[in-house]
Amino acid sequence: MLDSPLGLHPSVALRPEPFGALAYHYDNRRLVFLKHPSMVDLVRSLDEHPDLRSALEANGIAEDRWDAYDRAVTSLIESDVVITR
Amino acid sequence: MTRLVDQMKTGLDAPICITWELTYACNLACVHCLSSSGRRDPRELSTAEAFRVIDELRAMQVFYVNIGGGEPMIRRDFFDIVEYATTGGVGVKFSTNGAYIDAERARRLAGMDYLDIQISVDGADEATNDRVRGQGSFATARRAMENLADADFGEFKISVVVTRDNVSQLDDFLAMADGFGAQLRLTRLRPSGRGVDTWHDLHPTLDQQRDLHRWLLAHGERVLTGDSFFHLNALGESLPGLNMCGAGRVVCLIDPIGDVYACPFVIHDEFLAGNVRDAGGFTDVWRTSDLFSELREPQSAGACASCGAWDACQGGCMAAKFFTGLPLDGPDPECVGGEGEHALSAVTSVPKPSGDHSRPVPVELGRR
Repeated sequence: MLDSPLGLHPSVALRPEPFGALAYHYDNRRLVFLKHPSMVDLVRSLDEHPDLRSALEANGIAEDRWDAYDRAVTSLIESDVVITR
Repeated sequence: MTRLVDQMKTGLDAPICITWELTYACNLACVHCLSSSGRRDPRELSTAEAFRVIDELRAMQVFYVNIGGGEPMIRRDFFDIVEYATTGGVGVKFSTNGAYIDAERARRLAGMDYLDIQISVDGADEATNDRVRGQGSFATARRAMENLADADFGEFKISVVVTRDNVSQLDDFLAMADGFGAQLRLTRLRPSGRGVDTWHDLHPTLDQQRDLHRWLLAHGERVLTGDSFFHLNALGESLPGLNMCGAGRVVCLIDPIGDVYACPFVIHDEFLAGNVRDAGGFTDVWRTSDLFSELREPQSAGACASCGAWDACQGGCMAAKFFTGLPLDGPDPECVGGEGEHALSAVTSVPKPSGDHSRPVPVELGRR
């Protein structure tokens, strides 16, 4: 997934919360929890970067954490919150 | 890292799930009505006030609202309110008995975006349903479902309150939903509103609760429950969901006159947090009311502290305890460990309802 160009689904709204954010998908009406503020920043910035790797770099996320973020982003793709551009 | 569910318990900046009863007026008089509905309250929010509530919900990024009543479609401005919400990004799911969904309204509803409908049915056959919801109500609900299906509405919901009489019909409800291309939603019977008087005879027995738990584990993926049955988790395997009481933390209720209560099942002065007509509106009630702040404090397990199942069931439902006269920091009246029954036998008084919008029961006068 690291080399994929990603973005937030256009029908998804993010609502900031103390723990991170709620993501609501207006099309399938599902609610997804983003459980860390850094994850929220990453997801919001995906559109501005050519791929996940550069988004991770730009957000200052240490390389040894990329696998974990990769998995979290993959699960957001499965729930259609994040899409490949 | 703190578990998500613990974060939820300290409250969110805005509710996830908000129920908004638009009117106390209702054409039916179901024996378990949570809001004791029947007569319209003259203090009901006006259309303009309802729009202001929606403006606040949008600003707070409440993504959708569950509209109910009473029978919400009785309001003449029902479609205006729903359209104002859905076109402004606040999705609507509304509960109805179906009496006002004729072919024409079904087509109108089918043409709207971000709209879900829940048709209430409390028996898989006419006799079982009408005993609870009143004569003719099963036929009315079926007609509404047929009209929605004919109008190609798509996947609506069939909403069932699980009772002692219908818990054996869960497969039949599922078949009914499949027949309409609908989704089944099951919720827990609560001793609230008129349910105060009927709960003792209608709530599932302990054996039935075990059957229900097994059934939900087997079919849970296909069935919605609104996290209604987390008290059953003490039986072992946990049901899907947040497994916590969301009252004042992630859910709340706005009633027809704008009063804000901790959850849809506690329309009582004890759980009244404020009113949307107050100076700071709904937003301030949600964020700063004393009641909600108190509910967001860590709750004591009380008498349940020594029970090994407390982590699983969290002591159950606050409303069910309150209206059956049980202490809030003790077992749920339907505690699957049997502690509820034990506690109920010691109850000497139950809280008096603080409001009732039931229509007067016609008294038959004897002939002279």
